[in-house]
Amino acid sequence: MRPWAIGLDLRTGVGRPAQAAVPAPFAGASETGVAGASTLVGVTIDRYGAPIRERTRYGESARLRGLAKLAAALASLAIVLLGTAVTASAQDGEQAIIGQLRVEDDSGERVPVEGVTIVVDGQGEAVTDADGQWSVPVEAAGTYTVTLDAATLPDGVVLRDADRSSLEVLVEAGQDKRALFGLVSGTAEEAAAAAADDGSGISGRRVAQLSVEGLKQGLYLAMAAIGLSLIFGTTGLVNFAHAELVTWGQLSTFLFNYYGLAGFIGFLAPLPGPFGDGVNLVFAAVFGMLSGALLGYALDRGLFRGMRRNGISLIAQMVITIGLSILLRYLFLYNFGGNPRFFRDYSAQTALSIGPVEITPKDLIAMIISVVVLLLVGALLQLTRIGKAMRAVADNRDLAESSGIDVQRVISVVWIAGGALAALGGVFFGLDQIKWDFGFRILLLIFASVTLGGLGTAYGALVGAVVVGLVINLSTLFIDAELKNMVALLVLVLILLFRPQGILGRPERIG
Amino acid sequence: MLLAIDWDIIFTQIFSQAFGTQAMVFALAAIGLNIHYGYTGLLNFGQVGFMAAGAYGVGMSVLWLDIGFWAGLLVGILYCLGLALILGIPTLRLRADYLAITTIAASETIRLFVRWRGNRERTGAAEGINDFADPFFELRDDLGILQRSGSVPYEFLGVFEYRADDLWVMLVGWSVVGLCLLLTWQLMRSPWGRVLKAIREDEDAARALGKNAYAYKLQALALGGVVGGLAGMLQAIDKQSVQPDTYNPVITFMIWTVLIIGGAARVWSPVVGAMIFWGLISGLEALMRELIDSSLDDVLAQFLNLDVQNVSQVRFMVFGLVLMLLMRYRPQGIFGSREEMALDDR
Repeated sequence: MRPWAIGLDLRTGVGRPAQAAVPAPFAGASETGVAGASTLVGVTIDRYGAPIRERTRYGESARLRGLAKLAAALASLAIVLLGTAVTASAQDGEQAIIGQLRVEDDSGERVPVEGVTIVVDGQGEAVTDADGQWSVPVEAAGTYTVTLDAATLPDGVVLRDADRSSLEVLVEAGQDKRALFGLVSGTAEEAAAAAADDGSGISGRRVAQLSVEGLKQGLYLAMAAIGLSLIFGTTGLVNFAHAELVTWGQLSTFLFNYYGLAGFIGFLAPLPGPFGDGVNLVFAAVFGMLSGALLGYALDRGLFRGMRRNGISLIAQMVITIGLSILLRYLFLYNFGGNPRFFRDYSAQTALSIGPVEITPKDLIAMIISVVVLLLVGALLQLTRIGKAMRAVADNRDLAESSGIDVQRVISVVWIAGGALAALGGVFFGLDQIKWDFGFRILLLIFASVTLGGLGTAYGALVGAVVVGLVINLSTLFIDAELKNMVALLVLVLILLFRPQGILGRPERIG
Repeated sequence: MLLAIDWDIIFTQIFSQAFGTQAMVFALAAIGLNIHYGYTGLLNFGQVGFMAAGAYGVGMSVLWLDIGFWAGLLVGILYCLGLALILGIPTLRLRADYLAITTIAASETIRLFVRWRGNRERTGAAEGINDFADPFFELRDDLGILQRSGSVPYEFLGVFEYRADDLWVMLVGWSVVGLCLLLTWQLMRSPWGRVLKAIREDEDAARALGKNAYAYKLQALALGGVVGGLAGMLQAIDKQSVQPDTYNPVITFMIWTVLIIGGAARVWSPVVGAMIFWGLISGLEALMRELIDSSLDDVLAQFLNLDVQNVSQVRFMVFGLVLMLLMRYRPQGIFGSREEMALDDR
């Protein structure tokens, strides 16, 4: 809080008689936090320091209205999601180990390898079809040994690593698990030589490649993280359900990609595209962003605005976002199934070699789009009226409100923009794989990013995300890749120890 | 009757689960969380991490340290204390939401770390550690009680049905719960407990009175964490296995729901909350399974896409919704007082 804000510390109201009107202009640093309970002069507070004006102004009818709105919001959400179920019908009960064998031919194209036998111990075997696809159903969740029979490989195709003809695969109940065998053209000797050359030591080539991977992950993360940071900045709420907005973007884009608008509105199915048929990923992503914006707006209007008005504490709101996150996540699982999925377009691309690094065209384009979008967000925040209003609200909500800024509208815009950006981030992450709990898997990274950059600052989220992306990817130079997400926690703890306000945060009260 | 629903099965589920091992484990974990959140106001979103620490303390003692099961219980407690220090030292000076973020991140990191393949010899990686708790069940054999084989359950009062092993775990577990309740009750009316509550109400005021709020918060975090660790140990003993994916962050929020149903900052609320939570959740699932078995199955499958495969997902949705509604409309739960839990952020 700025010293010139009309502030008073409501928490020192403990022990004071209720109804105490405390005129304390220039009372200095209010410790109630960013969204702190209202700091207007003359607010009545109860014995425990909670403002009670809201309770008296909004009576029972407002409460019922709030309940009705909440019910309506949840019901509409449920309808949308159940609607998707009709067309997607993504439930697969059984679990299997699946895969596709392909090999890069001389022209650099990945061609399927047919007729290779793959054995899953104790469960059966499969032979790859014309598309190189194979699938072996397994009885139950557990760990299985999957072996590729190298003798059945066609001439001129060998395993990239001759020792890895057998894989241990952990299958979860109801989910298909992909087993990957790396194949290369050529003879066994050539493959062995190439493998030895590749190595895992620190080489300039590897550093460059990991930096690009890190930058990519950082840019996508930034889009997921900015909304979280802005929502925190304007409302003080740490939104644990933000990760579900990321997943929502992936899933809705997937549905648009495969089923067009009919993916959401069932009766459109008989119509031609873009209603009944799938649309190209580019358009689907735009729809996905729109639906992300819509969900963000619905959550703010249906859920959080009422709670802000009724003076529900931020901690209670935070726990509510957790309930929301669980509800949404399992709704996604219920309607979408547990299997990973892939977009219809651009799912298999050959990586381009640019200098020492390899990157697929789709990721390159996605990275460029991310940069453009992030620059646009920066310009929006810096130059436009609404952007200035956002920064004003984040800086000092009460002052912004008293200067005539419609704070609720600004918060709505923040939720809309945050939802859309998270959705786009989800789409870009989804270029690899789409899954019902994807957002939750990167929640730790999102939190590490926003904390590192400074909770509440938009640019901080951007900087933090890029740093986190680079650090965790480059860390694989020294540690097992499986542990790289743990580095994010390390970053989080270190930043909290030494610079808890984050890179770009102001050193104000956070303790 | 129109629908052939076997209500007996449903009621047996409700009552058996309300007093069963799951409810016991969650009650115990919620007692720990009550010390954190209810009495001290700490937003611990990583209680499952303490459960994992306790469980892996025992499991790793058997698998890796090779010092046996009973010494493993001590190791588990040490792990929990260590975790409390690692989490508390950087975050307890900061605002509550930082502790929340760090604890949830830490619990997830523990899960990732123990399932790392490089830890296969220490933690069993993704497969976890199995059959480490034999001494616990041998103790029962030495006492000569509960000797029926697993296929013949003990039944009483018409609605309770437990296997002998579960009953033994429950006997020990509910005794631990009782002891912890006693401990919390006595501690929270001691001067120490009053300082905790003062910190929850107003940390600055407590500091102004010369109390080292940071140290008290760290002590509370450690104590509640150890109780959570005991819960993790009992759960691992009951399942006879420790597996990384058991310790999913969702468990933490089930514990939160349990605590909030009962009402934070009340001694009994974790137990009552756990019984209600597991009774209702199990009853709901049993009811849905019965409906799927009944003549309604086509209707359910067609309109709600509900079948045997995804019925357990519904219970997570219901529990998420219950958590939201509780926090929105009755954050004080059954027994709590609204004023006492009207915590604002700090």
